[in-house]
Amino acid sequence: MTTANQSSMSPAGIVPTKKNKTKSSLAQQQRLWGWIFLSPWLIGFVLFTAAPVIASFAFTFTEFDLSNGDITFVGLKNWKLLYTDPLSVTALEVTFKFALISIPFSILVPLGMATLLNAKHLSGKRLWRTLLYMPYIVPAVSAIFVWQSFLNGEAGWLNRILKLLGVANPPNWIQDANWILFAFVLIGLWGAGNAMLTMLATMQGVPTELYEAADVDGAGPATKFRKITLPMISPVIFYNLVLSVIGLMQYFTVPYIVTRGTGQPGTSAYFYSMHFYKTAFSYSNMGYGATQAWLIFIIGISITIFLFATARFWVYYAAGD
Amino acid sequence: MAAIAKTSNAVNTSPGYSIQLRRFGLTAGITLFAFIFTFSFLLPFANMALMSVKTQEQIAASASGLIWPMEDALYNYEGEDYVIYRVPTEDGVVHQWALVEKGRQTNQFIDPANPEAGLIEWTGNWRGLSTVSSLRPHFENFGTAWDLINFPILFRNTLVIAITGMIGTLLSSICVAYAFARFPIPGKNVLFLVLIGTIVLPGQVILIPTYALFSRIGWVGTWLPLIVPHFFANAYNVFLLRQFFLTLPRALDEAAMIDGAGPFKILTNVIIPQSWPVIVAVSLFHIIFAWNDFFNPLIYLLGKPELQPISVGVQVFNFQYGPRPQLVQATSLMAMVVPLVIFFLAQKVFMRGVVFTGVDK
Repeated sequence: MTTANQSSMSPAGIVPTKKNKTKSSLAQQQRLWGWIFLSPWLIGFVLFTAAPVIASFAFTFTEFDLSNGDITFVGLKNWKLLYTDPLSVTALEVTFKFALISIPFSILVPLGMATLLNAKHLSGKRLWRTLLYMPYIVPAVSAIFVWQSFLNGEAGWLNRILKLLGVANPPNWIQDANWILFAFVLIGLWGAGNAMLTMLATMQGVPTELYEAADVDGAGPATKFRKITLPMISPVIFYNLVLSVIGLMQYFTVPYIVTRGTGQPGTSAYFYSMHFYKTAFSYSNMGYGATQAWLIFIIGISITIFLFATARFWVYYAAGD
Repeated sequence: MAAIAKTSNAVNTSPGYSIQLRRFGLTAGITLFAFIFTFSFLLPFANMALMSVKTQEQIAASASGLIWPMEDALYNYEGEDYVIYRVPTEDGVVHQWALVEKGRQTNQFIDPANPEAGLIEWTGNWRGLSTVSSLRPHFENFGTAWDLINFPILFRNTLVIAITGMIGTLLSSICVAYAFARFPIPGKNVLFLVLIGTIVLPGQVILIPTYALFSRIGWVGTWLPLIVPHFFANAYNVFLLRQFFLTLPRALDEAAMIDGAGPFKILTNVIIPQSWPVIVAVSLFHIIFAWNDFFNPLIYLLGKPELQPISVGVQVFNFQYGPRPQLVQATSLMAMVVPLVIFFLAQKVFMRGVVFTGVDK
């Protein structure tokens, strides 16, 4: 930056070649320093990301037993296994079903909370914001046990409250194949804090002139929300949507702990990442495990690309972005 | 409320007053809604807190009745504990007496208020009497859970993993963010996109080769796989730090450069002193992440209880002591204390950090 300014300020034609040399060597030096400072990530990226991604792809064509280090090439056997292995298909179905149920909640709940916190007429904003964000900090393992007890079919508070409200036969949440995924959605509510904060901050950043102009045009609160707030925060919604999809592909801790690694009742909570964990670490079938990981990767990337492709129809980017 | 509305109709009919009243009503309504919503949202915490101080019997009793940790009051008479009942007598007074000897027709009671009077005979069916119960929280559950789960060891393990990882991610992420913020590296934008792209990479796809590598070099069953990768920077932290570094004026860097400071000195003497808020945020994020991480310690420390962190320890404990829910809830509570204390002490730094990463992307 400085060197560029200096050279443009110096009168044309008098610039000595020597100065040019030192300038370029300074730039070279800066570049070298740049690479040095970048090196931790570059090394880490090659070692812990790029190489493993390639290696795991190579593993998909092998039978690989870590206990004795035997690797045998098996061609496409693992890839075929993906759809002949009934548990693999089931696990994929469970994961997709849960994605369809939970993604609306993972966007609408934080959006609702952010809208509430952004309301002009709410007092004690900071207190509510802190309290609503707080559960996000609680270790997942603790949160799961807390919810498990709260959702207990007999003595759990949720069902006792539901009974008080007149629900005669509230579901036995985590023991009921039809309700367990909804129980996971409820447990997931405690993770809404992050998305809530980012949506709130974006809402607060919407220029007030837009709302004032809408007031002049006689727009009501609902119209203003739909026509101004939603478009203005759509990039954050999009970002959280992508993160939700990626998170769901790796959804493991909650079903693993709640069902004690079984995915029961039946296979109602047998998520793909649990199948992956079992294949790779319980049966130490690393080749097939890598294939499952790649399937998750391919699905995740496809959905992400699809989302990015649809983004231009509904995500509003302010000019200049 | 109704009274106020009435007076407003009768006395003050000016539009300004009614607008004010409407505004007050709106604020009250929305705030009440926020209260009810937040209360329901946090209700599981109350359930946990109450359950963690109950005994097995209290849990069984409160499953259908009162939610508080209630217990029959006892009275110790000549070395034995006796349950205290509400005993009505002919004079219409209901006494609180301890039942010493049960009988078909006659029972022997003792008056805890006046034990010198000796046993009192009461005729009637003692089964028809109700017991006197009182609030009896059992805080000793925490001590029991603390010993059973070997909390000090879990605590030490978590702390070592979290702190060393934090040092690693700070050292590396600061350097990398500095490189992205200040140096003319060819292809910098592409490299930065690749870095951000790693966020959407599902962890499983790199897990098996990484696990195989760590297993080959003998790191499985040690803390190293949970610590060493953090010495190679991470996308979120680099992003957060870089965004912050970009807001710092370059004039200070240049002034230091003219004074003969090299790039490393500029980093330590100019950039870092201006960046404490974001450095603290990154440190806290890492500690919370490490404290809460479950999957990595689960696979890398399998069968090594002496090295496991709290998250895995609590889960293993629950698998063993599931039938004793009070202990499970007590351990869950103990595991969340540190992250929550950190959060409440540094809320502002924390939430600003979240907003910084989330909004700008």
